[in-house]
Amino acid sequence: MRVLYFAWVRERIGVPREEVETGAETVAGLIEELRGREERYALAFSDLSALRVAVDQEVVDFDAPLAAAREVAFFPPMTGG
Amino acid sequence: MAVRVQEEDFDIAAEIDALCAGRVDIGAVVSFTGLVRDLGQAAALSSLELEHYPGMTERALEAIEAEARARWPLQGVTLVHRYGVLAPGARIVLVLTASPHRAAAFEAAEFLMDYLKTRAPFWKKEATDHGGHWVDARESDDLAEERWRR
Repeated sequence: MRVLYFAWVRERIGVPREEVETGAETVAGLIEELRGREERYALAFSDLSALRVAVDQEVVDFDAPLAAAREVAFFPPMTGG
Repeated sequence: MAVRVQEEDFDIAAEIDALCAGRVDIGAVVSFTGLVRDLGQAAALSSLELEHYPGMTERALEAIEAEARARWPLQGVTLVHRYGVLAPGARIVLVLTASPHRAAAFEAAEFLMDYLKTRAPFWKKEATDHGGHWVDARESDDLAEERWRR
């Protein structure tokens, strides 16, 4: 699936997007897999209270299922307006 | 188009004219314009960079607009939000609401801004002489949004 990163999450991970092969059933499972990859992921996902996630462009909770998801995005709380 | 995400500036008067063109039933148009401000804190702001999530941003703005239309008798809504690098004083966001009477137009404009602050996927990075830093979401913005859900 396509995984996108925005704002300081993007800066910590170093890329705006990537294709990720995963068998994770939930967003939380995907985060665990990513954390185990490299230090930059562990750093970006160190404090989940500072993060938000969207699955297929809808904001969801971290326990949301990933079945059939095409796009997952991680970002800090939004600051529009 | 009611909802736009764009890099270029907008013309407030032209947007109001477009919203009201050919109509004589509109009694009130409220406009809100958000500007890049320099708070003059530790370091002067040299620019503000707005990042967004193309695709999701438009969907989020349309959902916010639909919710406003469901709550108030609005005859028209315009939402324009800019992204990219903006200088102090630049316009960031425009909200226009049109209704037969002013109360709905004022309330809906406030509602739209409160929801934009917390539900539109934009992130702001301030650049100063001391480097850049991401603007934190404010608790006061969450509280402002919450009051519409009570």
